[in-house]
Amino acid sequence: MKTHFIATGLALTLTTGVVMADTPVLTVYTYDSFVADWGPGPAIETAFEARCGCDLQWVAAGDGAALLGRLRLEGARTGADVVLGLDTNLTDAAAKTGLFARHDLEAPSLDLPVGWDDDMFLPYDWGYFAFVHRADMAQVPRSFEELIALPEDVKIVIQDPRSSTPGLGLLLWVKAAYGDRAPEIWEGLAPHILTVTKGWSEAYGLFVEGEADMVLSYTTSPAYHLIAEGDAGYAAAAFEEGHYLQVEVAGAIASSDQLDLAQDFLRFMLTDAFQSVIPTTNWMYPAVTPEGGLPDGFETLIAPETALLYAPGEAAKMRDPALNEWLAALSR
Amino acid sequence: MAGRAEPLIRGGGGGIAAALCLALMAGPLLAVALRAGDSAGLGPGDWAAIRFTVTQAALSAVLSVALAVPAARALMRRRFPGRGLAITLLGAPFLLPTLVAVMGLLAVFGRNGLVSQGLALLGLPPLQIYGFHGVVLGHVFFNLPLVTRLLLQGWQGIPAERLRLSESLGFGPREMFRHVELPMLARVVPGALLVVFLICTTSFAVALTLGGGPRATTVELAIYQAFRFDFDLGRAAMLAGVQVALCVAAVLALRLAPLPVGAGTGLDRCAVLRPPRGTLARLQDTVVIGSVLGFLLLPLTMLVVDGLPGLVLLPDTVWAAALRSLAVALGSVAVTLALAVPLAFRLAGARALWVEVAANLSIAVSPLVLGLGLFLIVLPLVDPRLMALPVTALVNALLSLPFVLRALVPAIQEVNAGYGRLAASLGMGRADWLRLVVLPRVRGPLGFGAGLAAALSIGDLGVITLFADGARETLPLALFRLMGAYRLTEAAGAALVLLGLTLAVFWIFDRGGRGRAGL
Repeated sequence: MKTHFIATGLALTLTTGVVMADTPVLTVYTYDSFVADWGPGPAIETAFEARCGCDLQWVAAGDGAALLGRLRLEGARTGADVVLGLDTNLTDAAAKTGLFARHDLEAPSLDLPVGWDDDMFLPYDWGYFAFVHRADMAQVPRSFEELIALPEDVKIVIQDPRSSTPGLGLLLWVKAAYGDRAPEIWEGLAPHILTVTKGWSEAYGLFVEGEADMVLSYTTSPAYHLIAEGDAGYAAAAFEEGHYLQVEVAGAIASSDQLDLAQDFLRFMLTDAFQSVIPTTNWMYPAVTPEGGLPDGFETLIAPETALLYAPGEAAKMRDPALNEWLAALSR
Repeated sequence: MAGRAEPLIRGGGGGIAAALCLALMAGPLLAVALRAGDSAGLGPGDWAAIRFTVTQAALSAVLSVALAVPAARALMRRRFPGRGLAITLLGAPFLLPTLVAVMGLLAVFGRNGLVSQGLALLGLPPLQIYGFHGVVLGHVFFNLPLVTRLLLQGWQGIPAERLRLSESLGFGPREMFRHVELPMLARVVPGALLVVFLICTTSFAVALTLGGGPRATTVELAIYQAFRFDFDLGRAAMLAGVQVALCVAAVLALRLAPLPVGAGTGLDRCAVLRPPRGTLARLQDTVVIGSVLGFLLLPLTMLVVDGLPGLVLLPDTVWAAALRSLAVALGSVAVTLALAVPLAFRLAGARALWVEVAANLSIAVSPLVLGLGLFLIVLPLVDPRLMALPVTALVNALLSLPFVLRALVPAIQEVNAGYGRLAASLGMGRADWLRLVVLPRVRGPLGFGAGLAAALSIGDLGVITLFADGARETLPLALFRLMGAYRLTEAAGAALVLLGLTLAVFWIFDRGGRGRAGL
């Protein structure tokens, strides 16, 4: 327990230090990969601090769902001023915590495949879920039904919806595309599912190592290989049913003593300084296309014609029955 | 042996250490339960998860121990170049973060692994690793080496005089096994079964990935679901309670097994189990050692091969993270030893059920619930970010405790039984007793335990994720972040650094301890 007291002492010293320095601190909770060196975090921190005269501090907690979990654990005691990194499958539960403030932007102009009217959360990027494969795959399926019809030794890796955000995305994708036929689709997919992983990283790792032919990821994944690695050997399969959308959002905490600064940050989030960082650091589409357009290489990506997305309330309602169908089909 | 020798040190501090351990486990669990709102309770899915967890854990434990006995026996009685290194490397699978170890395992046994590629050359279909057998294979990969090490320590503890006596009595390998080795195994095997069973009850990522899908849902995954998907803290706490119940039941079940008396004492002379003569016996041992080392070391070799290209690409932050992890490891060693020594003296004497449960609970309790609970306790007091590293050190110290005790307690029992009365009749004081009699005889287990604690905390990715911020990342977290950002080459490099660092730290402590019998 000695360490505990030392840490308490340290905490007191640090807080005092901050108070004395008299620079406002904006604490932004986000997910892990956002704050990594190669993620969007560092560039955004520099850009925002240059204009706000404040100290932006990131707190990273796992992924989007872990972020919401942490927020719920902390409740009204939360140290967050802004929470960045939830998606529309989580915003219903997030709104119900009563912790979030309304944003003060009226009808922001956004470049999303869907309309946006949420008075609490603002999107900062988005992407389509898709099955990624090697460019030389013999027979690329153009729908879930074509995938089911492929020989059984064509294998996919997916993520568990109970522990992974993309995993939940796939669950809702199948549900949104097939409705009552979802259990039938899952039963058809079952023989093709090599395995189910805890998170995106494990699944993508297995795919790159050659364990599976396809992996559930994003339409933007091939852009990473193309732009960062100069490798044009990956592609995403365009599905006729349409692709489920992930819209990542941020919101301000109502009880924050830096609420004005938090609202400033949300406005800043939709400017070029923030948005131009997104495509090649978070590997998603920016919510507002920067003036210079998207980076070279993005034009090679597939552009789904149909965007599927449940409204937050609907997504929350669909989750449980969809999960039970999934479990029933894959536990056989 | 008339009557039991009265130990000089009963381990009064052991009660305090045990109470502390229990509080550190029960406190977080209670904190989660108290914070819970309405709970749906356990559903049919949870019960299925409990059944699956117990089945795979029991099978994994039995198989790991059954395979470790011939492996340890062969390693004990043969000498070959690189034997010491091989024994150190045995620690690796258990010490690596599961994420990394699974990658190594799949590089050999996966659909695109070495074995499947070999089969393809012969025109055969790839190996099918995903399924129930995959879960057990994975768990044996992790735990077989650990059990082998525990058994090796048991063999090392057989006094030289006993071996000489057996030889002069003309014992063949069979009589030797029956009269000398079997009693030792009967003392070590139950504890080994217990730890492996408990480790496997909290498995999650390995079981899911190698199990091929939701059929392989364990209690730990059900806890994840309760927290992330349903935010039902009550159910999470209940499931963690189930893990505690499993631990108590397993400890109780093993207490029913009678423990044989000690193997007697000797003059600490170094003796080696003389290998049986004959080509057949030699061939047999060679096959056993070869296949065990191949099974364990091939995946590690693949990690090295995959990791080398990434080493040069590693950003500086990864090296900073490695230093941070090293600091955590040293803190963890200090806490482990401070708790383990009094606990071991206590357990070597009277075996109170609650002390035994307290000493084993840490591997049975959900790391997620432990992390959540500690988070809830710390939250009103300190900024959790500041506690990320201390908490990681503390939790891993608790986590390594059962293994340290598994090695330490039998050693202290031997010393008590063998020298206790002599020391008492000489009127030896506690300090001399510790320094002259106990310490030289428990150095091995102590070093092994310290190494284990250090290595486990370097590789830990359990509690840190909830507490961490952007700046203070540990090596496994840095590795995970690289993987999460498509940077698989760098991630493989970081995994190699992690592998090297873990083994180096383990080796230094373990080496400091073992020396004597050249184990």
